Amino acid sequence: METKDALINYCLRLGDSSLILGQRMAEWCSNGPILEEDIAMTNLSLDLIGQARTMLSYSGVVEGKGRSEDDLAYRREEREFYNTLLSERPNGHFGDTVVRNFLHDAFFYYLYQALKSSKDEMIAAHAAKSIKEVTYHLRHSSEWLVRLGDGTVESHEKVQESLNDLWEYTGDLFEMNEVDEVLIKEGIAVDLQKIKLEWDKTINTVIERSTLTRPEDAYMHSGRLDAMHSEYLGHLIADMQFLQRAYPEAQW
Amino acid sequence: MSNTDNQGDVWEVFIQSKPGLPHKHAGSVHATDKEMALQNARDMYTRRQEGTCLWVVPLNAIVSSMPEENESFFDPSDDKIYRHPTHYVMPDGAKHI
Repeated sequence: METKDALINYCLRLGDSSLILGQRMAEWCSNGPILEEDIAMTNLSLDLIGQARTMLSYSGVVEGKGRSEDDLAYRREEREFYNTLLSERPNGHFGDTVVRNFLHDAFFYYLYQALKSSKDEMIAAHAAKSIKEVTYHLRHSSEWLVRLGDGTVESHEKVQESLNDLWEYTGDLFEMNEVDEVLIKEGIAVDLQKIKLEWDKTINTVIERSTLTRPEDAYMHSGRLDAMHSEYLGHLIADMQFLQRAYPEAQW
Repeated sequence: MSNTDNQGDVWEVFIQSKPGLPHKHAGSVHATDKEMALQNARDMYTRRQEGTCLWVVPLNAIVSSMPEENESFFDPSDDKIYRHPTHYVMPDGAKHI
């Protein structure tokens, strides 16, 4: 595999995960539990969509076929998306969203920390910029997890159930293939197994603070690397791409 | 700080726009504790580079004067124009004041 092809795919992975998680958070807009949290979640969404723009544009540039960030976000089919399976999980109740985001934020946090030293200047700059946002995202989701886990009996039970349900999508975060192999050799990508060691520590610390129990590793879904998704992504994309599909080339 | 809904207590938000300047009242947020109050204030009031420092203060920690006290609190200064520097005439010989 050529470095160029690997890089195109790698940028899609980063961009798509931000885009899809950002779209999920946008679904909370006007549906938040309280006004303050509604605005907070919309902020998170905007941060994530901003991150997606950078990586999707760059993927288009590397590809060199004139595809823009918008072409990539709004004109690809489900089987062309390389986002993490975790990012597409439905919002569920507020606790489900908190747990999903917490698991994902910690992943992004250590990934971007490591990618700051990527040999690809664009990726390194993107990581350095995004880490500030992601640091806050992780703080936000962690603090909520602690409050829900160590809250009432009901909130504790609910988020423990969310954690148990979402756990089987965490294995997918760290899977690697030839794309990673090629790019790690070039110093562009990072070894996700190393990221997992850091991720584990943070997950354990916050889960302990939350008085929750870390689920046992059992069956893990996979699919991100082959753009194989759960039934939820298609619905999300239909929603997200509706305008471009119904009115191609629509302009403000 | 008790309230009848479940949105949490009210916290007043103060933002410092530049280092060295005073913190100015910006508004209020709901939150159940100080960390959440700070996060909510950050998300509600500092999204457009408004500040370099944030304070959140529980509403019940603020002691306010009452409107009915306004006469005794504020009116006495009305007729004391000598408290303003503009009251004084500068002597011709004084320079650089």
